[in-house]
Amino acid sequence: MNKLNIILSGIVKNNPTFVLVLGMCPTLGTTTSAENGMGMGLATMAVLIMSNLVISLVKNIIPDKVRIPAFIVIIASFVTIIQMLMQAFVPALYASLGVFIPLIVVNCIILGRAEAFASKNSAFDSVLDGVGIGLGFTLSLTVIGAVREILGSGSIFGWSFGISDFTPLIFVLAPGAFLVLGYLMVLFNKLAKR
Amino acid sequence: MKSTLLNMTAVLLGITLVASAGVGVVNMITLEPIAQAEQAAKTAALNEVLPAFDETVSDELLIDGMTITVHTASQDGITVGYAVETLSEQGFGGPVSLMVGFTPAGEVINVNVLRQTETPGLGTKMADEGNPLINSIKGQQLEQKKLVGGKLAVTKDGGDVDALTAATISSRAYVDAINRAWMAFQSVSTGEVPADAASGATRTSEPEAQEGGQNE
Amino acid sequence: MELSYFAIIIGAIFVNNVVLAQFLGICPFLGVSSKVETSLGMGAAVTFVMAIAAVVAWLIQTYVLVPLDIVYMQTIVFILVIAALVQMVEIILKKLSPSLYQALGIFLPLITTNCAVLGVAILMIQKKFDLLQSVTYSVATAVGFALALVLFAGIRERLDFEDVPKAFKGIPIALITAGILAMAFMGFSGLV
Repeated sequence: MNKLNIILSGIVKNNPTFVLVLGMCPTLGTTTSAENGMGMGLATMAVLIMSNLVISLVKNIIPDKVRIPAFIVIIASFVTIIQMLMQAFVPALYASLGVFIPLIVVNCIILGRAEAFASKNSAFDSVLDGVGIGLGFTLSLTVIGAVREILGSGSIFGWSFGISDFTPLIFVLAPGAFLVLGYLMVLFNKLAKR
Repeated sequence: MKSTLLNMTAVLLGITLVASAGVGVVNMITLEPIAQAEQAAKTAALNEVLPAFDETVSDELLIDGMTITVHTASQDGITVGYAVETLSEQGFGGPVSLMVGFTPAGEVINVNVLRQTETPGLGTKMADEGNPLINSIKGQQLEQKKLVGGKLAVTKDGGDVDALTAATISSRAYVDAINRAWMAFQSVSTGEVPADAASGATRTSEPEAQEGGQNE
Repeated sequence: MELSYFAIIIGAIFVNNVVLAQFLGICPFLGVSSKVETSLGMGAAVTFVMAIAAVVAWLIQTYVLVPLDIVYMQTIVFILVIAALVQMVEIILKKLSPSLYQALGIFLPLITTNCAVLGVAILMIQKKFDLLQSVTYSVATAVGFALALVLFAGIRERLDFEDVPKAFKGIPIALITAGILAMAFMGFSGLV
């Protein structure tokens, strides 16, 4: 039960987007469609799980003073690996996420979880934490992407409703990202505190 | 763990070494698939803008300091069309690169958008089927269009290519890339440097045919 | 690259504003921007680091990564360089100009995780800028960052006195405000 709680807390109670408000750059920058949002979420989740695992394994041999640089090197390596794998196997998604893939390195969620969780807990728990937070992040990004895609392009996961001539384009543009995230956060606050 | 200069250096060095080795290995593993993915995308684009062919010969030209590749496609030894890999650096979000297909007579067969980072919902429409840009040139000979200074132009600039709604910059970049493709096509198909009218005033370097490589 | 310096500058500050159009550096944008004064400090610190980071990143890319054919190490090398650079700037500033350190000091550690710095370093390499263009681009981007931050702080100082519905308090209303500000900046599109 306790293990399940680690995962669940990442999705609701510690939701990285709506509660912790971390990793805002990719959240706003890549959610022009449900597919892009989901792709970014999954890429981040993969890096998070791997870095959490490795950091929890090596935590005892890292001297305190070089903890952060060591974490950054580990995270950056996994980001580069994911980047190359995406370029090889999902080139279309790689192209549409652009600069935000290497920027997973500076996503505060990953360094934050390394510091707050992986450096204190067992390898197995750290992986679960990565799965939970990763799922929370992926779900949030997919929802934001879906809302923006429905409102702005009149489609979902590229499947069109045939109303794209009547939808306000502003939602796929920059301002729409801020507005949709803002209002979704209000909704989350309302529902979570009910 | 307590920090001493020795263990700090040792651990950081160790982690960096292991990390670089790991990344290097993955790089070697993915090198082939990445090249394959790029090749597959290119082949798909070639098939989309050309009639059936069994062989292509590639020429690289240098126009405005950019490398433009012309693939001359032939079927049973007869030239059936030209596919030009062209680009423009005037896109709204970065370079726009296109694959443009020409018949030997100079009609535009089709255009495939290889790479673009335009605004989603606006400039990205250039990759949609039947968008105003492609409709303005598909199946037509470019010299029959209304040219401005020997070049294709969007209606806003006096030409007759319909621009995408609310994406004039992206449309201009698209037309810019098409113009460059046209120049390259002319110089390869005729085997000579294009006439001044088509080359325009901004061209800085002469297109020169370099060694033609062979690919499938 | 045919872009003139003027086009690079106007493009980076207004048209493709780093925060409001490219979504880089959102964390400090939401976190530090509650007062105009602190926003100015943060903006200055980011400009300083971004300019140096651009030079160093460009030199490393051109003279180390490309000749050695290890461009795939870019992300790792750049983030380490930026982290080290921030540390060095902090130490040097402390020695040379204590007053400047007083003003910028508290913002410096925050800059390592400011994705705008790494983002600009990667973008300028992608855009194939030469050294001078890269510096121009990074400084202009930083100015755009500072501009967005200061404008936003001005609005938020006033928001503090308004009666905002409970569910909107804090980040949500800030995001919606940013959305409206981004809409205003969209008016610049097409300028270059």
